[in-house]
Amino acid sequence: MILTRWRNMTTQERRDAKTGYLALSPWMVGFAVFFAFPILATFYFSLTQWTLVDPPVWVGLANYARMFTRDPLFLSSLKATTLFVVLSLPLKLVLGLMLALLLNLKIPGMNVFRTVFFIPAVISGVAVSLMWIWFLNPDTGVVNTLLHYVGVQGPYWFWDKDWALPSVAIMSIWKVGGAAIIYLAGLQNIPAHLYEAAEIDGAGKWRRFWRITLPLLTPTLFFQLIIELIDAFKIFTEAFVITKGGPLKATYFFLYYFYEEAFRNFNMGYASALALFLLVVIMGCTVLVYRTSGRWVYYEN
Amino acid sequence: MRTDAAAQLKRSNNWRRAKKLIGYAIVYAFMVCLACVFMLPIFWMASTSLKLPQDIFAWPPEWLPSTPQWDNYAEAFSKYPLARYMLNSAILVVANIIGALFSVPIIAYGFARFDFPFKNALFLLMLSTMMVPGHIKLIPLFWLYSRLDMIDTYWPLILPAYFGNPFFIFLMTQFIRTIPRELDDAARIDGAGAWGILYRVIIPLSRPALTVIVVFTFLWVWNDFLEPIIFLRDWDSYPISVGLAFFQGRYSVEWHLFMGATLVSIIPILVVYFFAQRHLIGGLASIGIKG
Repeated sequence: MILTRWRNMTTQERRDAKTGYLALSPWMVGFAVFFAFPILATFYFSLTQWTLVDPPVWVGLANYARMFTRDPLFLSSLKATTLFVVLSLPLKLVLGLMLALLLNLKIPGMNVFRTVFFIPAVISGVAVSLMWIWFLNPDTGVVNTLLHYVGVQGPYWFWDKDWALPSVAIMSIWKVGGAAIIYLAGLQNIPAHLYEAAEIDGAGKWRRFWRITLPLLTPTLFFQLIIELIDAFKIFTEAFVITKGGPLKATYFFLYYFYEEAFRNFNMGYASALALFLLVVIMGCTVLVYRTSGRWVYYEN
Repeated sequence: MRTDAAAQLKRSNNWRRAKKLIGYAIVYAFMVCLACVFMLPIFWMASTSLKLPQDIFAWPPEWLPSTPQWDNYAEAFSKYPLARYMLNSAILVVANIIGALFSVPIIAYGFARFDFPFKNALFLLMLSTMMVPGHIKLIPLFWLYSRLDMIDTYWPLILPAYFGNPFFIFLMTQFIRTIPRELDDAARIDGAGAWGILYRVIIPLSRPALTVIVVFTFLWVWNDFLEPIIFLRDWDSYPISVGLAFFQGRYSVEWHLFMGATLVSIIPILVVYFFAQRHLIGGLASIGIKG
């Protein structure tokens, strides 16, 4: 097929095509080495037992059998990760939207606030984690001090097995400005004449929000939902820096488990199976969201 | 009659203006409070970094140290290899920026300006790679780099940038498509070849997109954590993110020095952010809209 197409091309077209392929060649090499090879290799390694020193030994589906039938850590890390996603994702989406609506008010000086609220989103996970260890210190941290002033005994946050995971979720919500900026771009893309027309028809603020803003923002919401979903499943740095997965494995997230299996215990075969499982979960959730999008995402055409 | 109506109109105008001002005041008050709450962790870090060691666990806590201890910063720099770690991060940032600026314009130019069989399929394939989480690739890459004797060097953290990041390629392709083709044609009449057009027409006109690429590369590389802890072993070669995380394990009590170090580590990020804010937000917005 490609050959017949090639034969039907003029000399100029052929020269263009050659230049095009040449321009793409760095990406094609990168795709093969940094994408296709690693993914295929992970598939293969997941069917082996391998500690990096000796060559991999083929074990078939044994890694998967272990994962699904007799690995309590697999289950607990999956549970912690799911809990984190369920806690943080809806809050981040809703609060991000609320913040974006505030930042979208046509009031002088809003740029300053945009700058301020976006700062947490550009700081590294490590710096944020360190800051928050100190901020949520049970004895002298700001939050518990303020709680003390109003007569409430604050929890032990990262150091309590029931509070550790919610604490990590709260900390991730601090970065909500990143989501708000993307919503803001979506909000500013909504044509003003729609609001003007609605106002002439006598629609109030709430009505305008539910009938114009929200429907027209659904493509942005959809995009943001997928990005945040993938991101939430990949939670790692915070647990590594703050809690080391504890207390009592309460924040032993899936990627952390993968990291320890692969790069501390060098169980590369089993870790590959874990990595593939996480990929399937993330892809599955993405496809699920995508499937439902026809029902709630509004497209102009 | 007429003056009455005018007066009434004026009064209602005044009333409307007053209402607007009150609305502004309420919104401002709310936003200021919210901003203060948001900035509290950063404020607390800065305040702690200026305290005396015996005051950091004082009860009730001091909001602001009575005499700020600026020497804490000198002590933090001498006690931890902060400067070394930040230099390491800077080296990685520069190497990655060079890689991105070298590869992305060429690849995007190919997608934006030339026609060839399977172009759309390849573009879609490239976009789909953006959706795949990176952790899946780590084990084979670790194996590959150890075979190439590249573990504990910066190569694993630098090389991928030279083969084009899909997000940047996408951004740049969209940008080049907005540059009128007449400019290419004019350069071609002047005798420029395909690559001459790229370097004399396309790249000089792509400043906004290239700025986005530089800023994002800076932020990502400076903040990266997972890849450095996997591919680097030697403490001296750690970038600042990893270095900081590992201090915490070793000296967990010196919170005044430690908060100073954390604050110093985010200053480059804040500087880049303040200067490039517009581009950064524009870049994020463009993925939000077109993604």
